[in-house]
Formats: sequence, C-alpha cells, structure tokens
Amino acid sequence: MVASRAIGCLRRFTNASRTLHCSGYISRNFTSSSALLARTHINYGIKEDVAVIRINSPNSKVNTLNKELQSEFMEVMNEIWASDQVRSAVLISSKPGCFIAGADINMIAACKTPQEVTRLSQEGQKMFEKLEKSNKPVVAAISGSCLGGGLELAISCQYRIATKDKKTVLGVPEVLLGILPGAGGTQRLPQMVGIPAAFDMMLTGRNIRADRAKKMGLVDQLVEPLGPGIKPPEERTIEYLEEIAVTFAKGLADKKISLKRSKGLMERLTSYAMGIPFVRQQVYKKVEEQVRKQTKGLYPAPLKIIDVVKTGLEEGKEAGYLSESQKFGELAMTRESKALIGLYHGQVLCKKNKFGMPQKEVKHLAVLGAGLMGAGIAQVSVDKGLQTILKDATLTGLGRGQQQVFKGLNDKVKKKTLTSFERDFIFNNLTGQLDYQGFEKADMVIEAVFEDINLKHKVLKEVEAVIPAHCVFASNTSALPINEIASVSKRPEKVIGMHYFSPVDKMQLLEIITTEKTSKDTTASAVAVGLKQGKVIIVVKDGPGFYTTRCLAPMMSEVIRILQEGVGPKKLDSLTTGFGFPVGAATLVDEVGVDVAKHVAEDLGKAFGERFAGGSLELLKQMVAKGFLGRKSGKGFYVYKEGVKSKDLNSEMDSVLAGLQVSPKPEVSSDEDIQYRLVSRFVNEAAMCLQEEILATPAEGDIGAVFGLGFPPCLGGPFRFVDLYGAQKIVDRLKRYEAAYGKQFTPCQLLIDQASANKKFYQ
Amino acid sequence: MPHDLARAALSGLLHRTNVPKEVVDYIIFGTVIQEVKTSNVAREAALGAGFSDKTPAHTVTMACISANQAMTTGVGLIASGQSDVIVAGGVELMSDVPIRHSRKMRKMMLDLNKAKTLGQRLSLISKFRLNFLTPELPAVAEFSTSETMGHSADRLAASFAVSRLEQDEYALRSHRLAKKAQDEGLLSDVVPFKVPGKETVTKDNGIRPSSLEQMAKLKPAFVKPYGTVTAANSSFLTDGASAMLIMAEDKALAMGYKPKAYLRDFVYVSQDPKDQLLLGPTYATPKVLEKAGLTLKDIDAFEFHEAFSGQILANFKAMDSDWFAQNYMGRKTKVGAPPLEKFNNWGGSLSLGHPFGATGCRLVMAAANRLRKEGGQFGLVAACAAGGQGHAMIVEAYPK
Repeated sequence: MVASRAIGCLRRFTNASRTLHCSGYISRNFTSSSALLARTHINYGIKEDVAVIRINSPNSKVNTLNKELQSEFMEVMNEIWASDQVRSAVLISSKPGCFIAGADINMIAACKTPQEVTRLSQEGQKMFEKLEKSNKPVVAAISGSCLGGGLELAISCQYRIATKDKKTVLGVPEVLLGILPGAGGTQRLPQMVGIPAAFDMMLTGRNIRADRAKKMGLVDQLVEPLGPGIKPPEERTIEYLEEIAVTFAKGLADKKISLKRSKGLMERLTSYAMGIPFVRQQVYKKVEEQVRKQTKGLYPAPLKIIDVVKTGLEEGKEAGYLSESQKFGELAMTRESKALIGLYHGQVLCKKNKFGMPQKEVKHLAVLGAGLMGAGIAQVSVDKGLQTILKDATLTGLGRGQQQVFKGLNDKVKKKTLTSFERDFIFNNLTGQLDYQGFEKADMVIEAVFEDINLKHKVLKEVEAVIPAHCVFASNTSALPINEIASVSKRPEKVIGMHYFSPVDKMQLLEIITTEKTSKDTTASAVAVGLKQGKVIIVVKDGPGFYTTRCLAPMMSEVIRILQEGVGPKKLDSLTTGFGFPVGAATLVDEVGVDVAKHVAEDLGKAFGERFAGGSLELLKQMVAKGFLGRKSGKGFYVYKEGVKSKDLNSEMDSVLAGLQVSPKPEVSSDEDIQYRLVSRFVNEAAMCLQEEILATPAEGDIGAVFGLGFPPCLGGPFRFVDLYGAQKIVDRLKRYEAAYGKQFTPCQLLIDQASANKKFYQ
Repeated sequence: MPHDLARAALSGLLHRTNVPKEVVDYIIFGTVIQEVKTSNVAREAALGAGFSDKTPAHTVTMACISANQAMTTGVGLIASGQSDVIVAGGVELMSDVPIRHSRKMRKMMLDLNKAKTLGQRLSLISKFRLNFLTPELPAVAEFSTSETMGHSADRLAASFAVSRLEQDEYALRSHRLAKKAQDEGLLSDVVPFKVPGKETVTKDNGIRPSSLEQMAKLKPAFVKPYGTVTAANSSFLTDGASAMLIMAEDKALAMGYKPKAYLRDFVYVSQDPKDQLLLGPTYATPKVLEKAGLTLKDIDAFEFHEAFSGQILANFKAMDSDWFAQNYMGRKTKVGAPPLEKFNNWGGSLSLGHPFGATGCRLVMAAANRLRKEGGQFGLVAACAAGGQGHAMIVEAYPK
C-alpha cells in the first residue's frame, strides 16, 4: 500500500540481485602464458608486461569476496609485485554481468562475536591498503555489478574502467543490511567522490550506473558495450574491456596517463568548501539530523557510518580505519542487521519460482479494468515486453488508464532511464480497448475491476466465453475469497488470485492466492508473470483476507479502539512511525480509503468473529456516511489539498470521535503498550496464518508483511521479530492485553508452542 | 541551395548524353537532409534545368542509399511499363543544413501568428525566454538509439577487432587510389560547377593522400580517448549531386544509344540499427549474388560505399566469418570477403567524399566505368545506410 516510500530502500536489494545474470564464460589463451597456476577463484596471465588477473568463482553466477578468494588474490598480487616481468596489472572478472557482487554475507553471519567481525574487517583493510600503495599500477576493469566489498576493492586500485552497460552498477549497499562498508570504503569514498556524494552513497546504498559514476569520479573511463562481431556480444565486450584496460595499465606504468582527474567548477567549489573545518562540521550535523529524522533512531548503521567518516576525516586515516572496523563489528551483531539480512535472504527466496516452468509462457496478457490497479499492472507488464490488452468499460476510464501508463513511462524518460524512443516502443505493447477483441489469443487475463463479487462473477463468465482453453484467469482482489470468485467458473483449475499492492509500479510485493482447485501449472504461470513484472512473490492459500489483508485487519481494529480511547490521530501516527512503520496508522487508513477499510473490516469481522473485534465499526461507518473517505475524497482523519504536503487534522472528526469515545484502560495504555497492542495483534494473526497453513513458510510471511504492509524492516517481519524479541515475551504481552480486553489478544497455539519449547522460526 | 547543385547535375547529364528533354518520362532524386523550401527537390531542379513541366518528378529518401533508391525506383517504373526513360540522381548540400528554431520558439511564433489582439501578442511575447533562441541542429545520429554514426562505427570496428593501424592503412589506400585515378583522368563522371561568387570546382577536392605517421597522430573523433575512428579514416561530408539516365534497352537502342551497363539486379536489407548499423553490405551481398545466380568469383569490380575504414574492414571480417553467417544471418556458410585488388580501385567515399543523397549514383557509375576500363562482366555495388539498412546491386557491362 503506501508503505512504499520508507521501504523503498529495500527495493534496491532486488536491483542488486537482478544484475546477477551470468552465463558460463570461457577464459581465453594468453599471448605469453606464464604463472598459470591452477587456483580456484583467480588466475592470471601476462600480456607483454601487464598481468591480467581474472576473477571467476567456480559454480556460481557471481563472484563474492570470501576468504578463499581474498587469500588467492593476495597470493597473486605478491607474485606480481615480486615479478620483474610485470610492470602493471589489470583486474577483471570473467563473468559477464558481475565484477564482484560484494562480500560473502555468510562469512559475516558465521562470526559469533564483534571482535571476530572486526578482525575480518581489518584483514580486508590491510589487503586493500597494500593494493592502494602498489608501486605497479592496477586497473580495475569493471563489467557488471561492482558492489560492497567489490567496489571497495575497485577504489583501492589506481584506475577504474567500466562498461557503460545497464548491468554495470556500482554501490555500497551495506547500509541496507544494517552494516557499513568495512574494508576501507568509509575512508576512501569521501576522498574519491567528495564528502556529500560519499554520504549519499553510503547512507542510501543506492546503485550508481556507470555513466553517473564517471561523472562523480568513481570511475576514470567508460567502455561502450559491443554488438556481435567476431564473437558473441557479451564475450567480445569483456575481451575489449580487457584490451582497453591493458592499454591504460601500460600507459600508467609508462607515466603517459595522469591519475589526476580534471574536476568541474562545482566539484572544485565543493572540495574547497569541504576543506574548511567549519563547513565540514555543518555537513555532519545536517546529515545526522536528516538521518535521525528519517530513521527515528531505529537504524543504528547510518549514524555509525557518519561517525566513522567523521573520525577518518578529522582524526586521520588510522583512527578512521580503526573506527571502521570496530563499528563494523558492533553493527554486525545488532538485531537490526540480523533482521535486514534475514529480509535479504527472504527476498532472494521470493524471487524464485518454486513451482517450476509453466507449460506455456505467457506472452499475451489482458487486464480488465483501467483503474489505478489495472493500469499499474499494465505498466509493469508492457515494459517487460508482454503484449498487453487493457480493457475498460468506458472510453474515459480507458483513457485515464492509458495516460497513467504513459506517464509512468515518461517519468522514466525524464529520469533518463529510458529514451523517448524506448518509451514509445514499450507503450506500443499496450492496446487499449472496450471490447473483448483479441482475447482469443490471451495467455492470461488479470481482472482488476471493482471489488464486488457480482461484478467479478459477471466478467469471469464473459471472459471465459472468449479466451482459449489454456488461458489463466487471475483476480486482483484484496479480500474477496478466490474460491468464491471461482465458483461460477467452468474451469476452476485455471483460476487464481493475484493481489497487487498500490501503487503497482512502486510496491514490490505480489501475493498469489491459490485455491484447492488451482492447478500447479496455473500457479507456476502466475509466479512466472509476477517475476517478469519484477515482483517479490509470496504464494498463500485461499481464505478470508488471504495473508496480508488478514494480518492488517486486527491491527486496524486496534487502531480504531485506540482512537476511541482518546489518542489523537497525530499522536497515533507518531507512535506507529516511531516503532518503525513507514506510514502512521491513521494516515494508512486515509491512504487505503476508509470505505475499503470498512468493507474489509465487515467482511473479515463476519468470517473471524470476535478475534477481529476491538474498535467499533461505527467509526468507519460514520466517516463513510460523512464522505470522509480519506485522501481520495480530500478528507479523512486529515484534510488533503492538492499540491499541499503538510496536512491538518480534519476538525469535523472531533465530534465523530467524541461520540464514540470509550475510556482507556490505564494499565495497558502507555505509549509502549499502545505500540505493542498494535504490533502484537498483527504478529499473532500472522502466526495464526502459519498455523493454519495459509502461509507456507515464515520467510514468506516476513516478506509479505514488510513489502506489502510496511511492517518495520528493522524488525525483519513478524516472524523474525518473534525470534529476535523472544516468543515468550510476545506471549506474555499478549496475555497481559488479553486480561484487559479478552479474546482478541489470546495468543495462538503456535506462538505458545514456540515459547514453551524455546524454538525459533528461523534456525 | 540543393536544387542548384541538382540542376547542375541534370544540365551536365543533358549535355553529356544529348538526350532530348521531352523523351524523359520521369525524374527521381534522392536526398537526406531536406531543405524545407524545396522538399521535392527533384521537381525544382528539373524545372530549373529546363525539363518539360509535363515531366513529373519526385524525391526519395533512404539515408546514404537515397540515390540507389532513386535508381531502383526508376528500374521499377520501367519494369512495370510505366515509363521508358528515367533520370535518377541524388543531391546533398552539407555546407548549408537547415538549422531550426527550438520547439518553444516555434510554438511562440506560431501562436503569435494566431493571436488577434495586441494584448494577446504582448502576453505571448512576455513569455519569451532567452533559451528559446537555442537552435536545433540536425545530427548524424540515429533517431532510435541517439548514437552518432561515428560512435557506432567505432564500436563496430571494436566488435570485429579491427585495429587503428588497419583502418589508417585502408584509408590511405583509398586516398592513394583516388589520387591515381584522378591523375589518370579516370574519374570522368565529374562535371565542373561554378560556385556563384567563387571559383569553379572542377574536381573532387577532398583527396589527400597523407602518411601513416601523420594519420597516427590524430585523436579519436568519437570514442574518446581510446577509440580508433578518426577524422582521417572516416568519410567526410561534402556537397554533391549526381544524375544518371536509365532506359529500357530496346528504347535506348531505338534512339541510337549505346548503353554503358545493365542494372541487373538489386536488393535492400535491414538489420539492428544499434549494433549492426553499418553491416548492410554484409547482409546484402550474398543475397544479391544469390538472386542474380552469381558467386563472389564472378564479380570483376566491387564498389562499396566507404562510410568509415572501420566499417569496410568490419564488413570484410563479417563476410569472411562462418560464425557470423550462421549465428546472425541464418546462412550455412560465409559469402567471403571481396578480393582487395578488385575493390574500390578508383577510391571511395573516404577519399572522394560522401554527399549522403548523391553517393549511390557515383558508386554505380564507378562500377560501370571500371568494367569498361578494366574489362570484366559484372560489378557489385553495396552500401550501408542509417537506420541499419543496406543495399546491393549487380551491374553488368554492356557487350562491346
């Protein structure tokens, strides 16, 4: 839903993992081969007087900096430094699409104490310092992802050349895992790209494309990717990169190429300003303020990064290195880091299709309903090359949807991630229409019509009359049970739920819902389409509210009760964001739409009875009656005005709230209790979903909660939270609230079992 | 203006051939960068050259193979019985390309035109900003990829591992051969042109045989600082026009002409405009040979358009690669590279210049003249063009 903004940071994980498409690559013969010792990860040969070091970790799509690779690299470097024949070196990966994707996370995870991690960091620091001081120039030839430790290695080299390819991205994403660049990165980056840019890189973890990296001074030269020639494009491009790098290595050894980079006026001004201690202090202060505001102090890594950079700049390199390694050790042991790393693993898992290849690849897609959701689904489909029909009932509705798709693409043109020609080419994959023409070719139909069971039944019947036998019918609904929708189908095995989150082009999650009748091939097909659309996917069983909506509902019920107890919307928002939710609870209701919330609360209330009670539905009913539907109607708990960012409370709500007021129970109404009342109901319901096998794995539950509902990423999702916080403590809290409010807080059996057996969801 | 050059080419043709103006059924010209005032430059030039106002004329465009398109369109008209006598040609005026006002400026100017009251006009003028005056220059860049052609040529040369030295050597060869041909008076298809207010241009003025050392000093022009395509090994943009008389054989004989050559067969091809922009000749050559029932060995004179040394050499390597033929062209075997001793023996676009729209006729005439001079039956013309397109034609010497 609206959780997209704050967890936007996490979406970058995917970009990182998406870059890792490598195919086998045969290494070439050397002109004069010597020193060809068989090593596992690294080998090198000598071209005239240039040593070409090739990294190629066996049996893996990516190169990661692990212990073996590091020690082999040092061995090789020592040989090179000792050799009279070699005057310079080139460092290159033999895997197209990946230079070095980063340090081995498991190597850090295996450490038991901060000291162990600190030691790892210090080893890395020493190695890279030696490399930096090399008297023989080393050129890093970068093609594909160069992230984390990989970038730290590259910036320790004397020169960097990168391919100007979409797959070539540079960055230090450590902060997204709750740690920091621990191999000298915090010290070298500010020197290399300037303090502001270095902070930006380290604090956002963003991926930087090659052309941008060149402008920043992160790389020295760019090499254009080549088309087919004497060899396949990818292979020849790497070979060409190597040839160019060798030329530059020679030039550097002969001192024909200067290492000094000509800086632009702005750059010179910035670096001049950063030379003034007072200005630097102001920058630290400003950055720290911003970080505190954004993280609410819930994420320790960004603050430590600022600290380490500051130490290095103000107290010298040695102090900087020491601080870097120590803080790295401390961070690696934090709960936040464990939660974030857990999410990373979960995300990798949810980017795979465990149902296998579908029998027939979906090439023609049809989307019914050109509303916000329908057009969003169309947008993420056309740019992946799916031929997409967008069908609506009215020309106005259709036009609005087409415009939404075009705007989404055009925004990318403005950001220069697409050319206008590519935009037009992609937009051409979209066919807007009012009838069912062409549906006979559709491989999948996704309906995103209004949430009304009769309407859904109507379109299902209409569609089934025109689609081919193999075509999948997917329903995008947030609460209507899929088997109920499928009840009028002639072919229920082809019916499935695909629950997208709004805005579709920003939110990464896709919740796929299978009924008992849904065939495995249908599921495989839906997952394949979702993956193609760039989604992280959880597959859950059918039931009222599936997983995501079902978890959200009891929390929302508690939100209403808390409001009734006299906590104002602003206070409630700050309590929830203070706990790590990206969007405050009251704002969330406004964003989702009060009418939608009411619908869901009524439906699920009927299905689950008292467990979903708590707040009075009357509140939502009265709001709907007054037309306070949230952002879309301009008024909800807050007042929304076009173009105005700050929002004021809707004063007309005062009387509504006053009329429904209940007296709070002081023993469970502290700020902390309010936060935990919300979260514990969420967590309890999530555990219930696992217990009832709606969810297949806790990992999917965590990914769904974080990416779909904005559950605090620093807690890692409901299940990780239970593991890190302690199941017993959660059960105790639930029991305390149960004593005050009754059944709604009764801990589910699974949680009690976990607590009594002292078991964890993640081993 | 372009129609002046085109008119001169037409007058030259009339003068050389003595063809009565009124027997010409149709006139077709190729051009690339259009002068907006004479968008149908063929018609304006024909009227200016004194052709009958009853002779229709149209203009075609297909990047560097525009004149080829003009010729083959003529061939089509004759073959379908529409016409008997065609004049085909091409023209390009690179020294005065149309430079446009920016879109914002154009919009303001158009709106001003429509404004009715002084108030409306003033309010429009008040919206004027200095950046409206930034002009829009035509670029030699692909619309679909925004990549300039030189840049693409550099990448192509790298894909086929063509070295800087090979490129410089080839360019030098082109200039030397052009100089030799010029000195020996072989470039007989040139007519002098009097530039108003300036002296008369009597010969190709871009032929500059230099030395490899001199050429090696030049910096790369597109992929900096390590690319291989330089000003010296690229074709240069120049002004020029060409025209050619095409007739059905029986018509020519009936009128008492002795034809120079047959335009025997032709093909057009197209491929990926990004990575294979300049590989047209590689794709077109085997196709046109097959169509004409010939093999590479049957060809006595090759005339390829030299956009860049690197492009010519990359095409050679592609034509000589079984791997490329199998993986990209869907052919079982390679066609083979043309033997250099039969290739562009009188220079090419690198040394003679490349007026986009006019080059095609020059290629065909060079092939025809070489066949007459050097002997031999078949000539093969091939060229690449922006947009990732290509063309090839078989020219056959008319029996003596």
